[in-house]
Amino acid sequence: MTAIALRRHRSTKLRHSFAVLRRSFALLRQTGPAGIVSAAVVAVATFVAIFGPWLAPYNTELPDTQLAFVGPFGGHLLGLDFEGRDVLSRLLAGAQSSMVGPLAVVVISLGLGVALAVTTAWRRGFTDASISAGLDILFAFPGILLAVLATAVFGPGLVAASIALSISYVPYVARVLRGAALKERGQPYVAALEVQGASGPSICLRHIVPNMMPLIVAQATIMFGWAMVDLAAISFLGLGVQAPAPNWGVMISENEVGVLQGYPLPCLAAGACVVLVVIAFNILGERLFERATAR
Amino acid sequence: MSRRRFLIRRFIMLLCSLLVASFVIFGSLYVEAGSPLAALTGGRALPPSSIAVLDARYHLNESFIQQYWYWLSNALHGNLGISIEWRENVTTLMGNLTGTTVGLVAYAALIIVVLGIGLGILAALRPGLLDTSTLVVTAITAALPSFVAAMVLVTVFAVELHWFPALGNGTGLGSDIQHLTMPAIALAVSSLAIVARVTRAAVREEAGKEHVQTAISRGIPMRLILRRHILRNAAIPITTITGITIASLIAIDAVVETAFSLNGLGAFLVKAAEDKDLAVVQGISLVLVTAFVVVNMIVDILYAVLDPRVSLGTTAQ
Repeated sequence: MTAIALRRHRSTKLRHSFAVLRRSFALLRQTGPAGIVSAAVVAVATFVAIFGPWLAPYNTELPDTQLAFVGPFGGHLLGLDFEGRDVLSRLLAGAQSSMVGPLAVVVISLGLGVALAVTTAWRRGFTDASISAGLDILFAFPGILLAVLATAVFGPGLVAASIALSISYVPYVARVLRGAALKERGQPYVAALEVQGASGPSICLRHIVPNMMPLIVAQATIMFGWAMVDLAAISFLGLGVQAPAPNWGVMISENEVGVLQGYPLPCLAAGACVVLVVIAFNILGERLFERATAR
Repeated sequence: MSRRRFLIRRFIMLLCSLLVASFVIFGSLYVEAGSPLAALTGGRALPPSSIAVLDARYHLNESFIQQYWYWLSNALHGNLGISIEWRENVTTLMGNLTGTTVGLVAYAALIIVVLGIGLGILAALRPGLLDTSTLVVTAITAALPSFVAAMVLVTVFAVELHWFPALGNGTGLGSDIQHLTMPAIALAVSSLAIVARVTRAAVREEAGKEHVQTAISRGIPMRLILRRHILRNAAIPITTITGITIASLIAIDAVVETAFSLNGLGAFLVKAAEDKDLAVVQGISLVLVTAFVVVNMIVDILYAVLDPRVSLGTTAQ
C-alpha cells in the first residue's frame, strides 16, 4: 500500500465506523419487529449488566430478616426477598454475574470453535478427519455434567463452571461453522488468492473468517441464550455464583421457600428475567441465522 | 458402506467416547494441584488406617495409567469406590436412587414423544388458530429453563390448586406417578416445544410436496397419505430431534431433581459435588455419561434405519 493510500485509509476510519453502525441498524431493521424488540431487550439487559450495581436503589446483600417476604410497598417495587432485601435491587445488581458468565462461554467456545472449523476446512484430509472424530467423541460430555464435575474438583464458582461449559460447547460450534468454512474455502476468490501466493493463515484470517462473520455473530447470539440457561442452572444448583452475591440463578433457588409458602414473587421475578433475556437472544439469533444462511 | 460396517463403526465410536469420558472423569483426581489423595478426601482429615485403605483401593503408589486401569476395571465390575461422606459403597448408594431418575427421564420422554410429536403434526395439518397459538406458545416454552418451569408449576398446581404434591418422592406406584408428574413436565417442557416445532416444520414441508398433492387430488384418504407418504419422510428429522432432546434430559435431570427435592442420581450428584465427595461424583458422572452416549448411539442407528442413504455412505442433505 502506498503512503497516500495509507493516509486516506486513516482519514476514512471514522467514516468507516459510522458506516458499520449504519449497516448494523439496517441489518436490525431487516430482522423484523420481533427482532427489533429482542434487540432492545438485549440492549437493556446489557446496560443493566454494566451499570446495575449503581442503578440498584438499596443495599443488595445486607439482610433484614424481620422484613422477609414482605410484598411490594413504598420504594420497593418488587417487594423483599427471603432475607428482607430489595428484590429489584438484587435483580439489577445480579444482571452482571448472570450475563458475564455466558459472555465468557460464548467468547471462549467461539474462539476455539472458529479456529477448529477454519483449520479443518483449510487443511482437509487427515487433519479434518482426525479433528472431526475427536470432536464427535467430545460430544459425549453434556455441558452441565462437565460443569458439575469441574466444580467438584475446583470448588464451586463461576470460573470453573464457565470454562467447563465452554469446552463442552466447542463441538457444536465447530460442527456448524465447519460447513460454512468449507463452502467459503471452495470459492474462486480463495483459489485466486492462493495463486497470488497469499499464505494460508492470512487467507483464513483476513478473508474466510470475515466472510463468515454474519454466521459467527448469529451463532454467538443463539449460544448466549443456551449458556445463560446452563449457567443459571448451575448457580441454581449452588455450584456457580455463591450466595449472598446477587445472581438470577441464585435468587431462584434461595427464594424457593417463598414459592412453597405461597409468596412466589421474588423467585418468579428472577425466573422471568432469565426467560425474557433468553427469549430475546433466541429470537434475535434465529433471525440473524436466517439472514446469514439466506445469502 | 454397508449397514453392518456402519454399525461397527458407530459402536467403535461409542467405545472411544466412553474411554475418553472415563479418562476425563478419572483424571479429575489429578487436575487440581496436590495429591489425588487430597482430591479423594476432599480436604477431610482421615485416620492413617483409612488412608491406607484408599491407598490400596486406588493403587496410589503405582503409575497413572495403571491406576486408571484398576479404576476402570473395577468400574466395569460394578465397583465404583467408597463415598468419603457416607462411608458406603458408591454402587450401593446409587442403587436406591436409580429408580427415581430412570422413572423421571422415561416419564418426561413419554411426554415429549406423545405431546411434542402429536402437537407438531396437528399444528402442521390444521393451519389457523391452533397452528399460530402453538407457534407462539412453543417459542416461549422453548426458552423456559427447567428450574423456572418447576417454580411456576409448584406455584400454580401445588400451592394454588393442590393438584399435585410440591416436593419429594412418593411411596408406592400410584403416589410415585403423582410425585413425578410435575418434575417430568418441568423436565420435558422446553424439549417438547422444540420437538413440536421441528415436527410441524417437517410435516408441513412433506405435505407440500408434489407426490402428496397428487395423492390428495386423486382422492386417497388423508389418513393413508399421512401414514404412508408424509410421516415416513418426516420421520427422519423428527426422530433425530426427539432423540437428541431425550438424551439431553439426562443432563438436566440433576436440576429438576434438586428443584423438586427428589431422591435421584442427579440431586445426589449435586450434593456430592458440594461435599467434594469425589468418588460419588465420578461414579454418577460415569453412569450418566454412559446413558447419554448410548442413547445418542441408538438415535444414530435409528436414523440410519429410517434413511438408508446414511448407511450407504451418500450424504443426506
